[in-house]
Amino acid sequence: MRLTVVDSERCVGCQLCMFACSRRSGKGGMAESCISVTSIGGMERGFKVVVCRACQDPPCARVCPTGALLPKQGGGVQLIPDKCIGCGRCAMACIVGAVQWDVEINKPMICVHCGYCVNYCPHGVLAMLPIENHVMAEETAQ
Amino acid sequence: MIPNDPLQNILYIDLSRNRFRVEPRPDLFEKHLGGTGVAIELLHETCPAGVDPYAPEAPIILATGPLVGLLPLASKAVAMFKSPHTGNLGESHAGGRTAVAIREAGYGAIVIQGASSLPLYLVISDGSVRFRDATTLWGMRHANTAARVIREHESGAGVRTIMRIGRAGENLVSYACVKTETYRTFGRLGLGAVFGSKKLKAIVVAGKHSLPVTDRRAYRRVYDQIYQAAIASPLMKKYHDLGTSSNVLPLNAIGGLPVRNLQAACLEDATRISGEGLAEGYLGRRLACAHCPVGCIHIAALREPYANEPYFYKTTMISYDYEPLYALGTMLGIADPADFLRLLDVVESWGLDAMSTGVVLAWATEALERGLISTQETSGLPLSWGDAATYILAVRNIVEQPNDFYRALARGVEYASSVYGGQEFALAFGGNEMPGYHTGPAAHLGWLLGLRHSHLDNAGYSIDQKPTDPPPTPEALVDALMKEEQWRQILSSLVICFFARGIYTPEIVQAALEVAGLPRDAAALEQIGESIYRRKYAFKVREGFSIEHLRIPQRIYETPSSLGMLDEEFMRRALVHAKKRLEG
Repeated sequence: MRLTVVDSERCVGCQLCMFACSRRSGKGGMAESCISVTSIGGMERGFKVVVCRACQDPPCARVCPTGALLPKQGGGVQLIPDKCIGCGRCAMACIVGAVQWDVEINKPMICVHCGYCVNYCPHGVLAMLPIENHVMAEETAQ
Repeated sequence: MIPNDPLQNILYIDLSRNRFRVEPRPDLFEKHLGGTGVAIELLHETCPAGVDPYAPEAPIILATGPLVGLLPLASKAVAMFKSPHTGNLGESHAGGRTAVAIREAGYGAIVIQGASSLPLYLVISDGSVRFRDATTLWGMRHANTAARVIREHESGAGVRTIMRIGRAGENLVSYACVKTETYRTFGRLGLGAVFGSKKLKAIVVAGKHSLPVTDRRAYRRVYDQIYQAAIASPLMKKYHDLGTSSNVLPLNAIGGLPVRNLQAACLEDATRISGEGLAEGYLGRRLACAHCPVGCIHIAALREPYANEPYFYKTTMISYDYEPLYALGTMLGIADPADFLRLLDVVESWGLDAMSTGVVLAWATEALERGLISTQETSGLPLSWGDAATYILAVRNIVEQPNDFYRALARGVEYASSVYGGQEFALAFGGNEMPGYHTGPAAHLGWLLGLRHSHLDNAGYSIDQKPTDPPPTPEALVDALMKEEQWRQILSSLVICFFARGIYTPEIVQAALEVAGLPRDAAALEQIGESIYRRKYAFKVREGFSIEHLRIPQRIYETPSSLGMLDEEFMRRALVHAKKRLEG
């Protein structure tokens, strides 16, 4: 299953998904969020909702000099925090900007597709979908 | 208080010296929770008695609360200052991302003192404050243009707030507002003019941090309880579907919607300018404040052709709500939604409070009609009900102030009517222009006695709309208003949106405070609410407020309200009782 942005036009910019993502660890705030929601040059134009696309051959893992990002079966990566030196190359390698950064520990925050955030999006922007439906849903969402 | 909670940090900024310092003040949050409670203490500490609201010594306080960034719907920022509009307590609340950004940047409150000699804006992030030159932004026609420049110049997209003023604030219109995130506003009592007096064009605050809780499991449990209650609530659905403007038709139906400077309380054809009418014809997008599942912000898309070029259009996105619909719509006899939206857009672009502006224009229109003033005063503008194009020109004059008349209008109806007459139809209460309710005695008493003269202080309009048999005595009504206002001090200290007051019951508030590390029982909360209310009242008295000096415009007795004609004796008895309770 993959976390998918099914319709960013429905996003109201409430950031509940970002708070939910951070709350997985039981903390408040947004430091540990793996999702980014920003306006497209002013809120009236809507929002850009960025989540990890779970690449099959993830560029973020390819550029990691210490092997801290392990490609997962079926796509995406897993971070091994002890190996990460916080160089930030992964963030630069991700063209959609899905590698978020926790400034408190100086390490990347990358979505593991757990789907916790979906439970807190009341507006139907996010969904967990089977891998085969993922691309089709993206096409519908532009 | 949780020992490492950044909430306790107060950021002090001195604009005269371009310096800042941070002082931990856990005592303030332990005793007064946050928001309104902490802000009034900081105001008592930093605002000299009798100070000119435009003097460098007059502070601006911005406060957030313990639940911000932890729980949904705790999304308001509280601003406190000395109001240049009333010369007394200034308190204004705004949504958007301000509260979350301040908390995530590592502060519980910000105190701004001094004044800059050059226009500047502040950038508060990464534990520091940068003082940026705003010379080139000063005087820009549209408040949003300046914000757009700042947005592109500064980092923190997605996790920041940009508070800014327009020309009205720069030119010290006493009811200039501060806009945040384009569509939310510290609207009332003139915070924008205080910014202007300090040459402060904007404040950017950005941050993305984690916040501690006492018990991670209990935290998630309380979170889910509040979240589920919010998305299941019919009130929340109402605010999501149509927004606050869903109130237009019900208020019109009961004859409580002020029309043409309250010469009537019902509009012949309110459908076009109702929440339903605007949603069907113009709604282009909904937005939400940070951490709010509701998304009550409704943005109209106004598509207009350019006059001199075929098939060339511009689309303007304009945020509308009930109060602007009343003040810049029905109060001015404007029932055409496009006319209303054009006027609202201009008012917003200058950075004026929509509510005060509408009431000021309504007074001026009636004063012209009655011959108290002539078109000589209005610079040739024939103000008349429903004529939005002329109102748009008048609004520019309020901001630019080309003559004595517009200089007077720029200080509100209380002042303008003291110079030109027409006090009996100058609809200000405690110096603040009236909100959009002529529902009965509780609404008007609510604004008179509410410590910021706002309908949200004690929701008198809501009491009026739930009539009892027999109706309450004046004394019982005042007691009910004060009780509500005291509980609302708790909500605004936790900076919970008042729309969520049904969800944040006293029990939920206690559970929420438990995980935020400030456990308080019901009795303690009640006592804190009363004490904050008293501290605000003490500030008002210190600055010259007195119940017996309150002026009641005769007009409210001339136009029938939803509950029939208002009784002067009833109102007088209510004020006598209020005075006894507050001073006794």
